[in-house]
Amino acid sequence: MPQRLTEPGILTALRLSLETATIATGVCLVLGVPLAWMLARVEFPARRFVRALVTVPLVLPPVVGGVALLLVFGRRGLVGEWLDSAFGVTLPFTTAGVVVAEAFVAMPFLVIAVEGALRGSDARYEEAAATLGAGRWTTFRRVTLPLIAPGVAAGAVLCWARALGEFGATITFAGNFPGRTQTMPLAVYLALEQDVDAAIVLSLLLLVVSVVILAALRDKWVAA
Amino acid sequence: MSLDARIVVRRAGFTLDLELSAAPGEVVALLGPNGAGKTTALRALAGLVGMADGHIALDGVRLDRTPPEHRRIGVVFQDYLLFPHLNALDNVAFGPRCRHVPRKQAREQAREWLDRVGLAEHVRKKPRQLSGGQAQRVALARALAAEPKLLLLDEPLAALDARTRLDTRAQLRGHLSSFPGATVLVTHDPLDALMLADRLIIVEDGRIVQIGDAATITAQPRTDYVARLVGLNLYRGHADGTDVALTSDFSIVTATPQQGDVFVAFRPSAVALYPTRPDGSPRNTWPARVTMVSRHGDALRIELDGPIAVAADVTPAAAVQLDLAPGREVWAGLKATETTTYPAG
Repeated sequence: MPQRLTEPGILTALRLSLETATIATGVCLVLGVPLAWMLARVEFPARRFVRALVTVPLVLPPVVGGVALLLVFGRRGLVGEWLDSAFGVTLPFTTAGVVVAEAFVAMPFLVIAVEGALRGSDARYEEAAATLGAGRWTTFRRVTLPLIAPGVAAGAVLCWARALGEFGATITFAGNFPGRTQTMPLAVYLALEQDVDAAIVLSLLLLVVSVVILAALRDKWVAA
Repeated sequence: MSLDARIVVRRAGFTLDLELSAAPGEVVALLGPNGAGKTTALRALAGLVGMADGHIALDGVRLDRTPPEHRRIGVVFQDYLLFPHLNALDNVAFGPRCRHVPRKQAREQAREWLDRVGLAEHVRKKPRQLSGGQAQRVALARALAAEPKLLLLDEPLAALDARTRLDTRAQLRGHLSSFPGATVLVTHDPLDALMLADRLIIVEDGRIVQIGDAATITAQPRTDYVARLVGLNLYRGHADGTDVALTSDFSIVTATPQQGDVFVAFRPSAVALYPTRPDGSPRNTWPARVTMVSRHGDALRIELDGPIAVAADVTPAAAVQLDLAPGREVWAGLKATETTTYPAG
């Protein structure tokens, strides 16, 4: 068992998993927090529709999500073709593709948590900030964000955990290339077909790493 | 830094329509019952609710389309709304920081403001560690540190207990008198308004019912609400000389001759009660029935029914002598010289 853990392929998969999940969480924060703010604070006609759209990845089977990503970001996809011709960027079957797939599936967890935190926070603090001369961005950065920080942190942890365990969308959109797109869940699935013991070891490893990191983060951020 | 405004806000079943002006250094109080629209008027001035009509001008500059962050109007909210994640110092430094004062300098200014309101030792405390009176003073310092042209105070003392209220009111009066801009204060407490404001604007149901300084308002109320606030009996009637008809078949004699529609006001303590019809002295007497007896300071406040509803203050001794209890029939007497008569409308 110990030598299985030190096999180079396994550590590579573990590192790839941790890295892509972390980057995907970053992407979700950058896109998801402003989106949640819009949903919670700005009245616009399509709000209900956008809110429904945000939660779609929760109910969609991840494999279907992967297919949708291929249709949009694939070489012949709506955006993918343009990305390829304009920037020479192709997402499918690359590490960046793994990040996109994970972010797509994990985003709702962050948006829902942050939107809830925003709705629960008193918007009158933002009014007070405005009367003191703070514009929207200053108010958001210095008042709103600190007030909802616990909610954002909790959302980010959930988002990271979901990204770490992502399987369906990843294998559909990014494939299963060791070192490039083979994350731990994919490695477990592959191992299961050849060597059940190895699959169990990998599963346990992923479980332990996840629990340790989640426990550490929860204590630090979500303690109160 | 003078204010000139007409505030019109429409809500379902409610219209607020107030004209408001304040000279530099002047403190104007909006006084009225709950739900009269005072706070809405304040929020409209600050730009936190939209106006259906009207205008807001500070020093002749129109502000009604300006977003709140560019109005330079400071607000002390009823529950202060101190930012819970910042300490007292950073709460007060928030305004200067928004005007791009460097952090160190902003904190220096904030420290001076906190010193001025007597909280120099509490700069590091978070809002939840401050007492009500301290939080109120931090909120005032925070609003003033942003160097507003107009200061708005929404029920500044309502959240405080009686003892703190007394001290804070006196301090607030001092700070307001040294503030160079105009101040608009909203309150439902007549004592706050009388103590803090140079001019009172009485608001009922979204409209102004009376404007004046403390002396005028307390001597010559124009609505039942104001009369009750200042503790006077108030009636509207039609005067012909010193005879004022209050109802179709009841009139009283007053001291100053007037013509036309008038208000007649008198103190509850000016009403004397007798067991039988008095003869001689008072010019006005009428039979009345006691409806309620309650304590009022050292005296007893007797509510009476009869040709007019009236409140009378009597000493406890007199009440015992007259055996005053609800249902008791008495005679009320009022000297003409105890009444004030002034034109209505």
